Amino acid sequence: MKVLQTLKTGFFTTVQDLGRYGYLKYGVPISGAMDTFSLVAANLLVANNPSDACLEITIIGPEFQALTDTQIAVTGGCISLNINGQSVPMWQTLNIREGDIISFGKMKSGCRSYLSIRGGINVPVVLGSRSTYTRGKFGGIDGRQLKSGDVIEAFDVSTVDIRYRMPENLIPQFESSFNVRVILGPQADMFTDLGVKTFLENPYKITVESDRMGYRLEGPPVEHKGKADIVSDALLPGAIQVPRDGKPIVIMRDAQTTGGYPKIAVAITPDMDRLGQAKPNDTVRFEEITLKEAHERFLEYQKRLFNLSEKLIKMS
Amino acid sequence: MSYTSARFLPFGDNALLVEIGDKITSEINRKVIALNEAIINVHIKGVEELVPTYRSLLIRYNPLETTHEQIISRILEIEKILEDMPTETKARKIVIPVIYGGTYGPDLNYVAKTHGLTEEQVVKLHSERVYRVYMIGFVAGFPYLGEVPDEIATPRLATPRLKVHTGSVGIAEKQTGIYPCEAPGGWQIIGRTPVKLFNHLWQPPALLKPGDMVKFQPITEAEFRKIEELVQNEAYIPRFEDT
Repeated sequence: MKVLQTLKTGFFTTVQDLGRYGYLKYGVPISGAMDTFSLVAANLLVANNPSDACLEITIIGPEFQALTDTQIAVTGGCISLNINGQSVPMWQTLNIREGDIISFGKMKSGCRSYLSIRGGINVPVVLGSRSTYTRGKFGGIDGRQLKSGDVIEAFDVSTVDIRYRMPENLIPQFESSFNVRVILGPQADMFTDLGVKTFLENPYKITVESDRMGYRLEGPPVEHKGKADIVSDALLPGAIQVPRDGKPIVIMRDAQTTGGYPKIAVAITPDMDRLGQAKPNDTVRFEEITLKEAHERFLEYQKRLFNLSEKLIKMS
Repeated sequence: MSYTSARFLPFGDNALLVEIGDKITSEINRKVIALNEAIINVHIKGVEELVPTYRSLLIRYNPLETTHEQIISRILEIEKILEDMPTETKARKIVIPVIYGGTYGPDLNYVAKTHGLTEEQVVKLHSERVYRVYMIGFVAGFPYLGEVPDEIATPRLATPRLKVHTGSVGIAEKQTGIYPCEAPGGWQIIGRTPVKLFNHLWQPPALLKPGDMVKFQPITEAEFRKIEELVQNEAYIPRFEDT
């Protein structure tokens, strides 16, 4: 079912779902939404499956005309949202009439917003996922970012009468400085004690060289014991590698699957959503936690996602 | 060399790294692949994905179903069994046709000159050997193959190219590899294959997998065109041989 006609593309808009798992050994990255919590919330607000595909909007929003009556929701990075020029709230179900214009203003905080459509976006499943991997030119809409004229299709399901909104206290806030908890390793032993201390005790700035593949950070250089190369091994999102210049690079969802720089630490899963909302000039501080603590936080995070549908408030 | 026993290193909250050694050797890589196969065969609860690389195996797991310690104890059991088994299972050998030199291999002349060889000698040395697929990485379907004879081992370009053509066959130090798609890259490009290495519509999506063996076969421009046409019509069948 044709739902939205693209009038403006925004800065970088792609179709993403929870990601593409099981193909790392073939060099295929996980991809998927940079902020899982916001993607799941956007889906639940229009009574979709949590794993359905949404549009991930980066920094500057696109503009659409509705081709049919439908329901949408927008979550994630705080962006001004208008229907026919009228400001409407994020984090709730919005009823859309055929012909309505959906437009966005500036991103006020965070970096990525998620637009869900009732039924879920209908693009072909490639290797188990609808996520766009632009570098590999597959997934999403022909493996590329949205362009003007694209028609977004959704699965044909009836609209629901109930509208929902997210309780205020569950809406994540994206301050420009934030903490990310990490587990040291797998190659923390390649750094001096001073290097590890530097990494854990200083703020690092997200530079403009940051995208879905990874973030280059600026800050006090992290000192290696000796060589700054390893025999290339596997990478996963959240890994923080440090090349010879001592400036950390955070690996994100579209990164290559192997790399030859030592990894000082890996961000914990619950903090990946906040990292996914980081924008240039934000500052991040890394905080060490134990694997045991991390697994407690992991369980809490999974519960939070799993129970989210019950927490939504029904609107009259 | 390979360590006397594997190192188990935490990789965030949902993965661990089993490090077998810290060098590029076929012995270490064989152990990685054997462990990879064994884990697939026994099926460990909570293990979701395995990524074999040169000298380590990444194990991605679901922390809600298992723990770091439980996986380690299962792997130690598996390792004991592996010790009593022949290390090399039968590998597939795939023949990859390559046109060397000219516009297809812009760095062939440089590689030859660097080593005081003729282009023909470089082609002979590169295509005589059977290479091992150590891992797939960099871009989807890119095989890291090794190792080339010392006589043709050549450092990467000082300045990487912004675009390397699809199918390009390159050398970086003792490694050789094939670009499955157009990508930036610093490898010395000595030839090109018309064979497709990756297609997201295939299952599995990559032609090669870690542990496979690869042999390059020099072809003429006419043969290149012929195979290219077959590939385009999806009528090309890669040649597999027993090792």
